[in-house]
Amino acid sequence: MIEPDAVRAALADVHRREWAAVLTATMRVAGSLDLAEECAQEAFVRALETWPRDGLPRNPAAWLTTTAKRRALDAHRRDTTLRGKLPLLFEPDEGTSAAGLLDPAEDTPMNWSHFEPEPSFGGARSIPDDRLRLVFTCCHPALAREAQVALTLRLVCGLSTPDIASAFLVSEATMAARVTRAKKKIAAARIPYRIPALAELPERLDAVLTVLHLVFTTGHLAPSGTELHRPELAERAIDCGRLLLALMPDEREVAGLLALMLLTDARRLSRTDSAGRLVLLAEQDRLRWDAGKIDEGRQLVVRSLRGGRPGRFALQAAIAALHAESPSAASTDWSQIVGLYDLLLQAWPSPVVALNRAVAVAERDGPLAGLAALDELDRRDGTSLSSYHYLPSARAELWRRLGRRDQAAQCYRVALELVDNEAERVFLAERLAEVTGE
Amino acid sequence: MAQYLILIYEDETQYEKGGPELWAEIGQAHARFAQQVGENGAQILGGEALTPTGTATSIRSDVVTDGPFAETKEQLGGFYLIEAKDLDHALTIGKLCPARFGGVEVRPVMDTSGMGE
Repeated sequence: MIEPDAVRAALADVHRREWAAVLTATMRVAGSLDLAEECAQEAFVRALETWPRDGLPRNPAAWLTTTAKRRALDAHRRDTTLRGKLPLLFEPDEGTSAAGLLDPAEDTPMNWSHFEPEPSFGGARSIPDDRLRLVFTCCHPALAREAQVALTLRLVCGLSTPDIASAFLVSEATMAARVTRAKKKIAAARIPYRIPALAELPERLDAVLTVLHLVFTTGHLAPSGTELHRPELAERAIDCGRLLLALMPDEREVAGLLALMLLTDARRLSRTDSAGRLVLLAEQDRLRWDAGKIDEGRQLVVRSLRGGRPGRFALQAAIAALHAESPSAASTDWSQIVGLYDLLLQAWPSPVVALNRAVAVAERDGPLAGLAALDELDRRDGTSLSSYHYLPSARAELWRRLGRRDQAAQCYRVALELVDNEAERVFLAERLAEVTGE
Repeated sequence: MAQYLILIYEDETQYEKGGPELWAEIGQAHARFAQQVGENGAQILGGEALTPTGTATSIRSDVVTDGPFAETKEQLGGFYLIEAKDLDHALTIGKLCPARFGGVEVRPVMDTSGMGE
């Protein structure tokens, strides 16, 4: 007899690491996303019932997969009306008897029978993991970004719909409808369950990385709400990044994204003080940064920068690494950071990048140079940044440093009107009170 | 294989402005498209060009009105019914479809063979 708590903890761990593997293996038998998901969930419920009694199996993931697959086979046997009607998405695995249950020749519009022996990924190297297919299906460009995010969290990370809904501050019903609609489109429009051809890969991979990064930043810095970060979401994004890198070790941008997430996450504990207030990078206690994550992140940065022009995630990670390896805010190598932002602007021309570059210029050349860079940015991209509170926040900070309290206060007020994260709002309000002497 | 409808939405005024040269060009583009569909392993099952929306008549609950069903910036001006392996295949074809004054929408055709059983 094992402590139920210990079993629950072990199971939560297996769920986190193996959910996608159990789900995709079950798909090979289940033939549909919905049935596979249901069976995989049932397997985890069954584990919670039996493991406390029988002890942990030697290979928990294999136990779960076998249980889920058996459920799927049972479901097919029970529902004999499905015979010949339900499309077979996958060839059945060894040791199962799904063959003969269903007629693989039968072609219906709901199926993924275009499942082909996979063209190899990056050369005839290895058999690609089913989890990769799942990731690319979830992030297919025919699905809206918010649907891609929801599906990835649900299917690849195994998060529940209520959890995803609360992370993105929408109602459970809204999120459930979003997931259902996306799954329906996958089936009805026949979005393929496959790794894209080499020619499409850069674009398709970029969508996957964008989705992961969005999940991470939502976890790291909630766009609204009272909590500054939702660690669970950030951790899931990192897990998923690790999985992706293990599956595509040669993709430098995957290494870059994972590095960026690790280096950013390393600062998580010091981003807020004990009262939950925001602490700026310069004022953070660097001893509280996670040295293990920084180390891993730095090694990945090196890997992501090597061989050819670096991508946008690699460059952002390199900037994060420069911050991370600097023993104090004062000793930060701002010249190199400005240089990296210049490269990043070329790889990814975005006003947000230009804004960050201007802030780095201010650190290197002083507040006036920073303000000039911000003015230039405002002239060029003012409209697209008009609802972005970091622009007036950055201006306010630079005016404050110059001792120009009136201008600073004015900019803090503009920023306060735009900010929607509670921790950031409190921070800006305190700074405003400081410069107005109230 | 599955069927998809490629709906061509374009600013039809551009066609009114264009002369016979434009029509010849568009005709050639569509002929080339038909050839490319085959080369890409898909098949055209049907397709037509439509006369401008000025000729459209709409009916709602038996009430007949002059004009298209909805006023939009780009109008449905033609379509192809194709057969393709999956959505990626259909999108590859959709990208080849001429629509210089607008774009195309790719819609899976509903399979109704199993309905009503």
